[in-house]
Amino acid sequence: MLKDRYDVVVIGAGPAGSVAARFAAENGASVLVLERDREPGIPVRCAEGVSHKGIAPFIEIDERWIASTIEVARLHSPDGNEAHMLNNGTGYVLERRVFDAELCSLACKFGADLITKADAIDLIWENNRIVGVKYKYLNEIKTVKCNIVIGADGVESRVGRWAGIDTKVKLEDIDTCVQYTLAGMKIDKGSCDFYFGEKVSPGGYLWIFPKSDTTANVGIGLSGHLAHKKGPKEYLDEFVERNFPKAKIIYTVYGGVPTADTLKEIVRDNIMLVGDAARQVNPITGGGIVQGMIAGSIAGKVAAEAIKKQNYSQKFLKKYRKEWNKRIGKNQSLMFAIKNKFFGMKDEKFNSIVAFCKKLPPEKLTLKELFTEAIKDDPKLVLGIAKAFIKSKFKKI
Amino acid sequence: MKINHDLCDICGTCVAVCPTDAIIVSEFKVTIDNEKCTKCMNCLKVCPIKAIEDEQC
Repeated sequence: MLKDRYDVVVIGAGPAGSVAARFAAENGASVLVLERDREPGIPVRCAEGVSHKGIAPFIEIDERWIASTIEVARLHSPDGNEAHMLNNGTGYVLERRVFDAELCSLACKFGADLITKADAIDLIWENNRIVGVKYKYLNEIKTVKCNIVIGADGVESRVGRWAGIDTKVKLEDIDTCVQYTLAGMKIDKGSCDFYFGEKVSPGGYLWIFPKSDTTANVGIGLSGHLAHKKGPKEYLDEFVERNFPKAKIIYTVYGGVPTADTLKEIVRDNIMLVGDAARQVNPITGGGIVQGMIAGSIAGKVAAEAIKKQNYSQKFLKKYRKEWNKRIGKNQSLMFAIKNKFFGMKDEKFNSIVAFCKKLPPEKLTLKELFTEAIKDDPKLVLGIAKAFIKSKFKKI
Repeated sequence: MKINHDLCDICGTCVAVCPTDAIIVSEFKVTIDNEKCTKCMNCLKVCPIKAIEDEQC
């Protein structure tokens, strides 16, 4: 039975929202999750790649939501060279539809309530404080009261804006993406591929994440400020025609990935933002699942603590921000500082980096080696990154 | 600004770059509030399927 009042209302049942709900409920708060769509996890707008060590703390690994297990990442340079990287241990390509439903079920198992087809349309205010959420369920407008709102409403987030938080992303800090799931391919199920270059994917990269020996998510992300004249679909169609002319498209998805720094503000009185809504995405890889889950776990715990102490002030909720900065935020700031420099490299530079990486044994090649090689002969870049690094270390948010 | 609903995939990328909160995404539809819109063209530039058009063009 649904109640009129909860301690915490979470808006959005993606990985960040479901994990936030679970941790809040597990730590004693009453929680309601509002999901706009008919079920959690759909439509899938994701390349579905994660690392084992990223998700293992949050859910027992289950083959029902694993499409394939990845051991090797292959980097392709514009001139056709390739280097292999043993990708920081095992990775998975997920079945997000099943994975998201499972994470949400876990939140419900810990006592959270869930309504699907419940589209949050505004916050409810009393005496300048957020006291609840207004939502549309089927064709009825409903309300629910709460002490804390957690906005996990994705890249298209509006919850933060309703609370007065500036969530706008600059054109150059969002990737505009298209992905096909292709069938009828012949691929290596244990490897994923990344393609770089001005002709393939300006300001971003193109990926192949296998879902089986014959199917894969093949997608592209272009930096938003470079995609106006020739869009991501045109680049992807050219690539598919060149490389997999016989493959059939069995799923098409469009979407945007924030490649920014974490928002300046992710908490205010009675409200927290998590996941894509807070722009908690790795700005170089575009990976947001694990980051969102980590943010959700911190926010959920802090929310439950706030409920126990009956203190929902921004000052108290900032514990979430502090912990986020410590765990991931600082690294995200650093990645953000490197991003423009990395994706702004000319083709020749990518060629020379991949040629260098190729000489290293795959088990020795890590992202750190890659970035070090990318910047080592460029004193200006090294200086810039050192400055950015120092800035990110001392950044006070 | 006008959305071509035959093309729009309801991905919400446009919302993230809108400076004035003029775009609303529901389960089945994206709508632009032309009174709030300042015609900055960010949404049009970032749309992965080019489903947004400037009506004056």
